[in-house]
Formats: sequence, C-alpha cells, structure tokens
Amino acid sequence: MAEILKSEQSRSTVEHIEAEKGVDQPFLDATELILNMGPQHPSTHGVLRVILKLDGEKVLNAECVIGYLHRGVEKIAENRTYTMFNPYVDRMDYVAAVSNGLGYCEAVEKLLNIEAPPRAQWVRTILTELNRIASHQLWLGTHALDIGAITPLFYTFRDREEILKIFEKYCGARLTTHAFRIGGCQYETYDGFEQDVKRFCDFVTPKVDEYETLLTTNRIWLERTKGVGVLKAQDCIDLGVTGPVLRASGVKWDLRKAQPYAAYKNFEFEIPTGQNGDTYDRYLVRVAEMRQALRIIRQAVDSIPEGPIMGKVPKVMKPPVGEVYHSIEAPKGELGYFVVSDGSTQPYRVRVRPPSFVNLQALSKMVEGALVADVVAVIGTLDIVLGEVDR
Amino acid sequence: MVTRLRKRYGSGIDPKTYVGQNYIIADASIVFELLQVMRDEEQFDYCVDITAVHYPQRKDQEFDIVWILYSFPHNERVRVKAMIKDGDPVPSVVAIWGAANWLERECYDMFGIRFEGHPDLRRILLPDGWQGFPLRKEYGITQQDSEWVRINLGIESGQ
Repeated sequence: MAEILKSEQSRSTVEHIEAEKGVDQPFLDATELILNMGPQHPSTHGVLRVILKLDGEKVLNAECVIGYLHRGVEKIAENRTYTMFNPYVDRMDYVAAVSNGLGYCEAVEKLLNIEAPPRAQWVRTILTELNRIASHQLWLGTHALDIGAITPLFYTFRDREEILKIFEKYCGARLTTHAFRIGGCQYETYDGFEQDVKRFCDFVTPKVDEYETLLTTNRIWLERTKGVGVLKAQDCIDLGVTGPVLRASGVKWDLRKAQPYAAYKNFEFEIPTGQNGDTYDRYLVRVAEMRQALRIIRQAVDSIPEGPIMGKVPKVMKPPVGEVYHSIEAPKGELGYFVVSDGSTQPYRVRVRPPSFVNLQALSKMVEGALVADVVAVIGTLDIVLGEVDR
Repeated sequence: MVTRLRKRYGSGIDPKTYVGQNYIIADASIVFELLQVMRDEEQFDYCVDITAVHYPQRKDQEFDIVWILYSFPHNERVRVKAMIKDGDPVPSVVAIWGAANWLERECYDMFGIRFEGHPDLRRILLPDGWQGFPLRKEYGITQQDSEWVRINLGIESGQ
C-alpha cells in the first residue's frame, strides 16, 4: 500500500516537472505565491478582484480582474431617449451622482446647442461642490479605515450626513440624486437653501481641521502612507491618470480651471498640488480640495443670480446629427461623455470615459515591489468606485 | 497644426470642427503614424479615451474608431477618427500611450475590434468565454450568451 502511494506520488511529481518544462517561465516558482484578493473583500471598495503574485511579503505583480458590476450602461443609453437615460448616469459613480449628472446634461446641452440659465449654473456648481466634499469625506473615512484608523470614519460620515440632508431637501434623494435636467435644473431651490448651505460651510470648516488633527501628523498614518504607491508625474500622464492622483504628483491641472464649465470661471479658487506623488500627498491634496470646494460654495451661494432655473428646451429632444465630447472634473478625475446623435430621439452612442477605470490601470505599477499591506492602502488612495469602473 | 499635418499627409486627413470641437478624420492606413506624430511633435501627451461607434449600414466602413487626445502644454483637445471595415485590425497605440491598454481591451470586449500589437488583448468587463460583442448594433439589449450563463451560473437565464 505504502509503495503504491509512493509511486503515485512520484509519478505526479514527474508529471508536474514535465509540465513545467514546457513553459518558459514556470507559473509558480518555489518562492512565489499567488494570492487572490477579492472580489468579496472589505478593502477593495466593491467587487474588485486583484491577483497578487508574491515573493514573501513583497508584491511582484498585481493583476486586476474587473467587470463584476457590469450592467451595460452604454448599451442601455442607445435604447433610451436622452431624458430617460439621465437617471442611469447617477448609478455609475454612486458616491458622486451629482457630478455624473452634470457631465451628461452638459454634454447633451452642447449637442442641442443650448445653455442652462445662469441661476441653474450656480445651483449646479453649489451642488456639485457639495458632492465633491461628500465624495472626499467618504473616501477619507474608508481609506483611513482600511489602513487601521477607525475614528475618521465616524467623523466623516457624521459630516457627510449634513450634505445628504441638503440633497434630500432639494430633490428628495440622498445618494442617486438625479438633481439636474437637460437645460437646467428641475427644481427651484427651497426656502432657506442658501442659509442651509452657509450653515453647512460654517459647520464643516472646523471639522476638516479636525480630520487633520487625527491624521496629518499621526505617526502610524505617516508610516503607512509616506512613500507608498509613488506615481511620478510622467507616469501619470502616460497612463492617463487624472484628478487628485495626478495633482498629488505635481501636475497643476484641473478641468475646472483648464476648460471651465458650469459657473466655475466666476469663482476664485486654487488647485492644490503635491510633490511626491505618494499616498500621503494624495491625502493632503484631497483634504485641501475640500477646503477649496468650501471656498467655491461660499462665493457661489452669495451670488446666485435671479431668473429661471430651467432653460427653454424642446419637448421632444432631437439633437442634430453630430457628435460631441464633454468632460468635467469629477471628484475622481476627468469624467467625459462622448455622445453621438443620429438625429433621432435616442442617442446613437454614449461613451462614458470613467476616471476610476483609467486610474485603476495604474494600480499594478504602483504596487510593484510594495508590501501586501500597502496594496490595501494604494487601492484606497486611488479612490475608485466599482460602479463606475464596470459601468 | 492642421497645415503642418496637411503638408505631410495631403488628402489622407480631413480636419473638421463641430460645435467648437476639432476632429480629424484620418485614413486607416496612416492612423498609427499620425497618432505617433500627434504625441511626439504636436505634444498631445494624454490619451483621454479610445472608443468605437458601430454603423452596420455603412458598407466596408462599419466602425468608427475614435481616439480622444489632449495636450497639456497647449490645453487643447482633438479627436482622431478612422473608419475601418468589420474584421480589419487596427494598430494598437499601447506603445505610444500606456493608458491605451485597458481602453483598447474594452473596445475589443464590446465591439470585437482587434488591436494589432496589443500586449494582452482579451476581454476585460465580460467573462473570458463570452460569445458576442454587446455594443454592436445587431446585439439586442436583452440578448446574452445563455449557454455561458447556463454552464457557469447554473440558471436558465439571467433576465
């Protein structure tokens, strides 16, 4: 019996060696280990699967497997009218639904050659910036939680709630807001909207400082984030990475300044940048962005012009034959819509250029040679939303 | 820029503008060279997006391949468009812009366009064994690879 077992074993070993001979590079070296992370994993922020090739604690290679949340949004668009597709875009980056709606509405407006009235532009800017803060707060809380700090999560979610309350009062929804319509906004601001927004700004300004007291000089935070996941400016540009990740690498580029849309050209704000392009700099950039967003909101809420909130749009939208690409600075980077019209009521093709999808591509470059624990930090710092990656 | 490119490619390119947005319709045969020139000489250093549009009724030019480019130094955006026949390969631009890798994979996944020279051209959003390319016009909105669903999920239909 023992002999049979032995011979069985040796045969399989021989087969294994024979099989490996055929391959130029053996899939598994004695020192290498394949570790599967996700799709069900708390710190992949959704259903992302990463296949890690490890040498001990060191990451040799990381491969992302995506598509678990693919719903075919672009296909749906071809089978809906321009108006009907509007709510679908909120379901892509569901933590920044307002930005998605803004990008889509502006793209179609460009195609129709109309413009939203000034009052709508102002309200759009205020809500989008509020959403940027909400998105960054959610990112900060979960990112810190991934790394091991629990407290920031409670702080940021407590304050994000106030933004969601404003959204709820404005349009009835908290997350997938569908706040904007093609040609303006559906709803006039409610009584006390300005006061609510101002009160929120006063409330949250010291809170942002509070987040910083927890993390900016925290020794554990510094150890875990400084020099982790470094991405140089040149690599960012080559890989098409945008948003805070690009700015943390020292490239001063923001679509709100470079190609202003909505009402941004009327307000003063700065583009915060970093130098090292590591996880810590990206944290600083996003925190600074929250402050800049507050600055924009304060200026905007004081100067909302009078007038209609909805422009004149045809009842049946039939944009002329043509195609248009319009992009905005979403909280995660450049969010673009490429809309092709064939003159009918339904778009011929809608292509969404999602920032998360393109940014996620940089992951394998960022984690090469890093430790396993850093992978979690890097996924967090990229600020991806899988609803947008997979669409 | 247009005059420079005109001098080089003559009638191979056709620059156009629509609602203030510039795009160049280029011949499929010169498109790779053109894109290389766009990056190296015209400083379009950021490849924003690569996508396709399907026009089944256009004979021998079923697909529009669209490269959306942006130049950081000039703060300018341009689209390069090439019309290709169904089944014809398109040169891959991964060697020019690293960002093209996943974008081309998605384009292959959704339209079945083969990018020649791509280091790892396989499906990205759909499962590897899936049959059909969903963003082609003949693919119905509720259509799916029911065989794949039956084998891998053990159900008759996902709808």
